[in-house]
Amino acid sequence: MSITIKNARILGGDPADIRIENGAVAEIGTGLSGGETVDADGLVALPGLVDLHTHLREPGREDAETVETGTRAAARGGYTAVHAMANTSPVADTAGVVEQVWRLGQEAGHCDVQPVGAVTIGLKGERLAELGAMADSAARVRVFSDDGLCVNDAVLMRRALEYVKAFDGVVAQHAQEPRLTEGAQMNEGEVSGRLGLAGWPAAAEEAIIARDCLLAAHVGSRLHVCHVSTAGSVEIIRWAKSKGWNVTAEVTPHHLLLTDERAETYDPIYKVNPPLRTAEDVSALRAALADGTIDCVATDHAPHPVEDKETEWAAAAMGMIGLETALSVVQETMVDTGLLDWAGVADRMSYRPARIGRLTGHGRAIEAGAPANITLYDPSVRETVDPTAFASRSRNTPYIGMSLPGRVVATFLRGRPTVLEGKIA
Amino acid sequence: MSDARNQVGAEARERAVLEEPDIQRALTRIAHEILERTKGGANILLLGIPTRGAILARRLAERIERVEGLPVPHGSLDVTMYRDDLRMRPARALGRTELPPDGVDGKTVVLVDDVLFSGRTVRAALDALNDLGRPTAVQLAILVDRGHRELPIRADYVGKNLPTSKSETVKVHVREIDGRDAVLLMKGEAE
Amino acid sequence: MKKHLISAADLSREDALRILDTAEELAQVSERSIKKLPTLRGRTVVNLFFEDSTRTRISFEAAAKRLSADVINFSAKGSSVSKGESLKDTALTLQAMGADAVVIRHGASGAPQNLTQWVSGSVVNAGDGTHEHPTQALLDAFTMRRRLGDLAGRRVAIVGDVLHSRVARSNVLLLHTLGAQVTLVAPPTLLPVAVDAWPCEVSYDLDAVLPKSDVVMMLRVQQERMNAAFFPSAREYSRRYGLDRDRMARIHDDAIVMHPGPMNRGMEIAAEVADSARSTIVEQVANGVTVRMAVLYLLLGGSEPAIGGTL
Repeated sequence: MSITIKNARILGGDPADIRIENGAVAEIGTGLSGGETVDADGLVALPGLVDLHTHLREPGREDAETVETGTRAAARGGYTAVHAMANTSPVADTAGVVEQVWRLGQEAGHCDVQPVGAVTIGLKGERLAELGAMADSAARVRVFSDDGLCVNDAVLMRRALEYVKAFDGVVAQHAQEPRLTEGAQMNEGEVSGRLGLAGWPAAAEEAIIARDCLLAAHVGSRLHVCHVSTAGSVEIIRWAKSKGWNVTAEVTPHHLLLTDERAETYDPIYKVNPPLRTAEDVSALRAALADGTIDCVATDHAPHPVEDKETEWAAAAMGMIGLETALSVVQETMVDTGLLDWAGVADRMSYRPARIGRLTGHGRAIEAGAPANITLYDPSVRETVDPTAFASRSRNTPYIGMSLPGRVVATFLRGRPTVLEGKIA
Repeated sequence: MSDARNQVGAEARERAVLEEPDIQRALTRIAHEILERTKGGANILLLGIPTRGAILARRLAERIERVEGLPVPHGSLDVTMYRDDLRMRPARALGRTELPPDGVDGKTVVLVDDVLFSGRTVRAALDALNDLGRPTAVQLAILVDRGHRELPIRADYVGKNLPTSKSETVKVHVREIDGRDAVLLMKGEAE
Repeated sequence: MKKHLISAADLSREDALRILDTAEELAQVSERSIKKLPTLRGRTVVNLFFEDSTRTRISFEAAAKRLSADVINFSAKGSSVSKGESLKDTALTLQAMGADAVVIRHGASGAPQNLTQWVSGSVVNAGDGTHEHPTQALLDAFTMRRRLGDLAGRRVAIVGDVLHSRVARSNVLLLHTLGAQVTLVAPPTLLPVAVDAWPCEVSYDLDAVLPKSDVVMMLRVQQERMNAAFFPSAREYSRRYGLDRDRMARIHDDAIVMHPGPMNRGMEIAAEVADSARSTIVEQVANGVTVRMAVLYLLLGGSEPAIGGTL
């Protein structure tokens, strides 16, 4: 099977043709032909996006999302690989569960599903899960996280960091000091005080990140920080990196765009963990993503059924979906503002997350010989976000009704189109 | 009530049907009639309907006092909460209700208002009075009766009967609020 | 236009004065033998209470009944309110009953605002979580105005658990609108982190604030705060922030003492202070009915509301 993509602007460069054969890029040049032709006039070609932080909800909450619907959403968002978080029911804390999720991903075929293993049994923060068994399973787990909950016990965290060195794993920490955030509803600041919603201090995130950086340095292991949300966290990560420590970090699209003032509506669509922060935090996060202090964008795609969001704020579930809007939000906040070019987007949304997750088949430059994981993106359009058009089973997008730039036109997974003309192929 | 925009155009269309001396005379006559009808003003209470009715009630009380040499109880009765047209406009501010300490029980209450038109304001006043106590009798004094009644109500004391068409507007000005005493007849309905 | 009373910030100065002036007129109704006006005949007011608050519910109920509205009391406590659907489903039920206004008390901040999406009538916030309680602020302002006259330039000290107090939030906003100068007095643990952004002064020292205050409003200290390390002990709190007889001697002769109730006598306020002539605590309860009548009249008495905020 062969495909020729005509006139694509690779990483925003001059138009060129990409010939794909047998799942790999065969040739890049002009005037190429062969097989089916895909017209990419005016479209930017990016390496297939890689998400380090996706909640697919299966097994357990198939009413919110399944591997099938979640990976369709990923493909529509331009992703060719997603890391499925472990907080399912049952928890992905054994080789059996991670293999099940991995196999569901293979069967769905819309993008590669790389399961994340839980750090502790049942996410309880008490005993290490069988990390090695998950690493050795068919799913070849390399990223471990209790996401949704913080590995709060310092000794347990130290052991996890040490233990995963044996198979080049990484612990992805959800940094949230639990005592400081009991009952917390939103960022602690001027808005929370006014709204009478229990505050979530920035220090509760920063204190854990600082501790974990020190631990990772001490045991010589890799630490990945999930969904960094404050300017203070950025400073700590910048400091850790300046020491040469092996610390990486991600930021979500929503933390690049939205602030805690959204909570003034009391619409729980804006309730998320970590919470939306202030405008100063947003600009610090953008600057950190631009200068590489924050390595990558990860969606923290968190689907919830309608009834968990159509409620009073305190009773509502935390989280927002993001796979199908991530690239548009990054264009809005990073590209159109001049902070990143398309090569930078490829780095932060494909190369680096693949490297952190040790995915060898993803996050490769579009060049002859590389697997043909390619996203074609039209940055020139602007559309109103309409969740009814989403492939995700859930509708909890904070961008509903907002106008965002860009549209994923096509996604190729190892040469096979998963999305064409914006629709699931 | 008309606004400034209206008044410019209104100058030409507006005609004074009573001037200050006419109004003074009318009030004096009403004061005498009240004394006559109530056997020297025994046990009366003059209750004006805000805002201009309350002022007219006070003036009537002063006139009766001058004649009889005795203080005449008077006050005001706001009827807003009893109106039947509340839902035709946004909720409006309330006028003052001021009653003498001994209330309305056993009194001959004379309701005082500036203009008698549909009779609906008086109907509201009667309901309001009913909730305040049990007067011996209720009478009605009006500066201008312009006709077009929609309820079976008539005034006991009338300053002037003024035949009007329904499309006209009658406005009473009083010195205390408007700077002069006058009754104005205007073509067209006020805004 | 659909309007609500969710926050004291929904009220312009003009709105607030209109409510207080209307309440001043309506106060007479409470003194008559027939304490009833026909104004809201045929209108339905629903009291939707997700938290126990007999005092507030009775106050709203009396207010609505004195205006001849039909009152439906819906006590949702005990039904499954922790799960989200119930607020929406309850709202849809009320909507089907044709509620012209819904008075809501709820443990979650923002619930009244959520409710506005699901009902077509006006929503009146009767206390939501740790957010606001605007009619309490209105009755407090009404009580102050009756005792002290115009509130512009008056100094009001609000003392106690500001962090968790919906009464404090609404009072700061409304008193600021009315031109009074508010000082919040509390231990630092019981103040919100960014309280310096509020339109008021802040002090940790009650003794320094008392002599220059025209009004001292004491807030209730909830039992659960005493066990959550907000302060070391009830005794220490009372010693530093309680209004006892000695402190009472330091406030000037015309100053008044207020408390939204229910009081912890001996904790934030000494019994002899609560019962003194300076105390307005009993008046506040009576004024509550009057002020709520004014609010319901101005929201429901005409073709459209004359006060309140739109969302």
